[in-house]
Amino acid sequence: MTTWPILSVTTFLPLVGALIVYLSRGDDEAAKRNSRWIALWTTLITFAVSVILVMRFDPANPDFQFVEKANWLATGITYHMGVDGISLPLVILTTAVMPFCIIASWKAITNRVREYMMAFLILETLMVGTFSALDLVLFYLFFEGGLIPMFLIIGVWGGPRRVYASFKFFLYTLLGSVLMLLAIMALYWNGGTTDIPTLMHTAVPRSLQTWAWLAFFASFAVKMPMWPVHTWLPDAHVEAPTAGSVVLAAILLKMGGYGFLRFSLPMFPLASHDFAPLIFTLSAIAIIYTSLVALMQEDMKKLIAYSSVAHMGFVTMGIFAGTMQGVAGGMFQMISHGIVSGALFLCVGVVYDRLHTREIAAYGGLVNRMPLYAMTFMVFTMANVGLPGTSGFVGEFMTLLGTFKVSIPTAFFATFGVILSAGYALWLYRKVVFGALVKPSLASMKDLTFRECLTLFPMIALTILFGVYPKPVLDMSAASVQQLVNNYNTAVTAVKAAALLQ
Amino acid sequence: MVQAIVFLPLLGAILAGLIALFGAHARNPSGDELEHHGDHGHGAHAHASDTINEDASVIHESHHEPGDGHDGHGPTEPAAAGSRGAELITTALLFVSAALSWMTLVDVGFMHHDARIQLLPWIFSGDLQVWWTLRVDTLTAVMLVVVTTVSSLVHLYSIGYMDQDPYRPRFFGYLSLFTFAMLMLVTADNLVQLFFGWEGVGLASYLLIGFWYQKPSANAAAIKAFVVNRVGDFGFALGIFAIFMLAGSTDFETIFHAAPGLTGKTIDFLGWHADALTLTCLLLFMGAMGKSAQFLLHTWLPDAMEGPTPVSALIHAATMVTAGVFMVARLSPLFELAPNAQAVVMFFGATTAFFAATIGLVQNDIKRIVAYSTCSQLGYMFVAMGAGAYSVGMFHLFTHAFFKALLFLGSGSVIYAMHHEQDIRNMGGLWKKIPYTYAVMVVGTLALTGFPLTAGYFSKDAIIESAYASHNPFGVYGFLMTVVAAGLTSFYSWRLIFKTFHGEPHDEHHYEAAHEAPLWILVPIGVLAVGSILAGFPFKELFAGHGVEEFFRESVKMNPHIIEEMHHIPATIAFLPTVMMVMGFLISYLFYIQRPYIPVQLAKEQPGLYQFLLNKWYFDELYDIIFVRPAKWIGYQLWKKGDGFIIDGLGPDGVSARVLDVTRNVVKIQTGYLYHYAFAMLIGAAGLITWFMFGFGGQ
Repeated sequence: MTTWPILSVTTFLPLVGALIVYLSRGDDEAAKRNSRWIALWTTLITFAVSVILVMRFDPANPDFQFVEKANWLATGITYHMGVDGISLPLVILTTAVMPFCIIASWKAITNRVREYMMAFLILETLMVGTFSALDLVLFYLFFEGGLIPMFLIIGVWGGPRRVYASFKFFLYTLLGSVLMLLAIMALYWNGGTTDIPTLMHTAVPRSLQTWAWLAFFASFAVKMPMWPVHTWLPDAHVEAPTAGSVVLAAILLKMGGYGFLRFSLPMFPLASHDFAPLIFTLSAIAIIYTSLVALMQEDMKKLIAYSSVAHMGFVTMGIFAGTMQGVAGGMFQMISHGIVSGALFLCVGVVYDRLHTREIAAYGGLVNRMPLYAMTFMVFTMANVGLPGTSGFVGEFMTLLGTFKVSIPTAFFATFGVILSAGYALWLYRKVVFGALVKPSLASMKDLTFRECLTLFPMIALTILFGVYPKPVLDMSAASVQQLVNNYNTAVTAVKAAALLQ
Repeated sequence: MVQAIVFLPLLGAILAGLIALFGAHARNPSGDELEHHGDHGHGAHAHASDTINEDASVIHESHHEPGDGHDGHGPTEPAAAGSRGAELITTALLFVSAALSWMTLVDVGFMHHDARIQLLPWIFSGDLQVWWTLRVDTLTAVMLVVVTTVSSLVHLYSIGYMDQDPYRPRFFGYLSLFTFAMLMLVTADNLVQLFFGWEGVGLASYLLIGFWYQKPSANAAAIKAFVVNRVGDFGFALGIFAIFMLAGSTDFETIFHAAPGLTGKTIDFLGWHADALTLTCLLLFMGAMGKSAQFLLHTWLPDAMEGPTPVSALIHAATMVTAGVFMVARLSPLFELAPNAQAVVMFFGATTAFFAATIGLVQNDIKRIVAYSTCSQLGYMFVAMGAGAYSVGMFHLFTHAFFKALLFLGSGSVIYAMHHEQDIRNMGGLWKKIPYTYAVMVVGTLALTGFPLTAGYFSKDAIIESAYASHNPFGVYGFLMTVVAAGLTSFYSWRLIFKTFHGEPHDEHHYEAAHEAPLWILVPIGVLAVGSILAGFPFKELFAGHGVEEFFRESVKMNPHIIEEMHHIPATIAFLPTVMMVMGFLISYLFYIQRPYIPVQLAKEQPGLYQFLLNKWYFDELYDIIFVRPAKWIGYQLWKKGDGFIIDGLGPDGVSARVLDVTRNVVKIQTGYLYHYAFAMLIGAAGLITWFMFGFGGQ
């Protein structure tokens, strides 16, 4: 079908861009401008290539497509890439968000521009690689490698407490992944291979399932982040530069959800079924707990970070409901949250660039001076609240609907998030945008520039498009999700039937 | 045709929105940097900040009083280019839509041309298949007429009412957006689209209540309206999930088809084995309670009066707040199978009818009186729903839309005349100054109180009869409450008229300046006054008589005997509401025309009761204590104690602190004294030898 390794090209193109940035030496204004443009064009071309992926993708086929396989390390460890309906939307999300990040950093980053752009481009390679790797070792490399550029982005270009935040971020995630590495080794000894598609069809003994599930869970739960290992996220978001927050919220968080879908459910269905009540409990707690905490925040980014944790709670809840609507909804919620929370952080970045503070109390009445901004922020606030007609609604609705069938108490408590999200999101909007403009420091605020409109308006279009017509995304993942759900339910019912016979 | 009805307002909203945005953008330049005023030395700095302060104060002044245009000192900020265009486009589109709606009513109601138009697939996943669909049957057609008629008149009215506001295009955009969402709500063919319209009108309501965004009270009211509605939507959403679990679909046809087979099923809901249909209906009714401001979830409606008056008329009287009633009527095949749920509906409806009327007795803000009256009338509609007389409830919805919109817009005309004075204690004697407004307000009051042959007379009496005839466990309660409320309604309505238009003027300055509003305002209220009289009799048979079956057909599932039994109730019962109406009028006349000192004396003699009513049964205070403050307190504790102290303390911070402790102790060991090291070596060597001797020696 494909004549050239299109997936590898998508993955490694940004790395080539990073190399070009590296080669264009110099530290004067011209060099900075060059590295910006190189980074932008690289991300744009990568996005264009990934669009070819979408066009050639066959949504009716639930299996992996664009598969590339080459010998790599020992026997059983290969360079194996491919995407299915679960990973492709995330790949596109990554390639689509990156150009916005570059544009958003255009003026905000003035020192070490070259290194900054390289970090972002390398990060893109690692993120796309994570979503398209079909070998556990390869996956692990990409997954963990992504930590390093992000660590640097927060630690070098971050705010005043950047060192604390970046170490917290690094330690939390590393701790989880060490356990995952052990589980990967165990799986290798069990199956004799680290090939993901093969492992999906390899029976794993029940005791190993439990331990491996827990080990993977440790890693993904931190990434997600789930309550109670979420506290790194608000700190990381607050200290990260705008584009860093965007990538963190839009893509890095999705790796946890992707991991659950790619490993936990298909490889350890029985353990997943056993632990589903745990996930339900943690998700429901996350939704209510972090929403309540968000109500009291004084920092714009922290508020949005806490609301992210709550929204990710819907994702984990939907995924482990194991129903079609739950899983597809979780998938959709990840894409939607990628767009909406990314855009919300861009919105914060807009005013941060002007006033250099994220204190909610420092703002008020911006609508008087920034009508375009007010409109944009309103759209994303409403999407965050989950208003029908925006993409935020579809994911929340589907996950809750899918969970209700399985666990009514979980759905019941999670639905409280609907009330609380309205509380904190509208409160934030009122404090920042509405009201009279009385603070002298705000009097000379100016509205969105063309560059800022360029980053925000496409996101508005997508938010509303996917809210009214989510079919493209849902269709892309439908076949793969259906297969996943079927396999999961078959495995679970088989065990239940066996238990009944005894 | 249906597509045109629904989407023309959306088109208007988009056009007006674009005009508003371009206008606003033209006034406010782009730029991503603040003016750097710190770089030019101290003197320049001081100067620059002075100008900024001046600038800020100018902004502050020019926007502080919303709608201050009417007071004569015009706004400093010019309106957007094309403001008039935005007004005319949206209004014209709405009138087209209204004309088409009346044609649809004839087409569907009498020619029986029901329609179901699938537009676009929406949410498709497994067995969940939700379409964007327009469904038109008689129930929908009635709502279409109500919504588009009132909305087009309110648009027309607003051209006059908002003529001095620089943000008119935005206002008209919101109005049309609201109309679109409401039309999507009433044409929904499945619960999810109903929910879309439901939240869409909530958004529009939020935006319009907070239209004057510089007023803190308006912002607070807007948020309150949205959040309280969300509490209702919490139930609504759970109801949708429950229905999907039971029937496997969200389409009305499928659900109604499956409903009879669901009787007797139970759901384990948090340890309570509830009857499936009862539980579902109660959850859905919770949504209706929020949207229609029923007892316990009513607190947002009076505060919503912070919005401009045309908004109150359109959203918070005639259309949006009746969405809950519409929803119950739409889901009548479910409610008919869940008598316990019907009992709850009847209970809440009756309680609201009475409770809101008692508060209305003592309020002094002209708009709030009408708002509580709306709340009370919505209670009436739910009483009819609980009795199974869905068409009767719809009848009251239909007539109420005319006379309540009239009362609000009339109040708007009074407020306009009085230069934004809303307190009826400061009015009086106005009938000489604004006789036209006086006349239409009296018509509205007659209709509201149920004066014979006006619109309200037919619909309200039918509701009271249906409560009497119903077999609902709360039927007697509903009957008594609505009869008492009829008397209270009459009292507070005439109190409003007497205090506003009769007696002595209390504010000479405003009184002298009072004048009749422009034609933009007078024409719509005139039309509504005609409607308030004519909307009753011609439709009586269709909604509450023998024409119901023929007119509504499949669109609502009535209680099969209710209409018949309503016609056989004793004549004394049928006269009771009218008697109450006359009594309310007489007492009001006595209190406010003949012996104005009585109410003052009464308030002094019964201070507890008076304060209780004046403070709206203390619901706001109660909710603040039991919901708002605890939520904030818990949020704060979870943040500082939960996240900061426990999770971080035991997690990353704790671990790193322990690591530091260990290193510090290790460092302490390295003292630098030779004998310390020698001692350690000795101990170590002794230990090793012991271990070897006993460890290996044992083998």
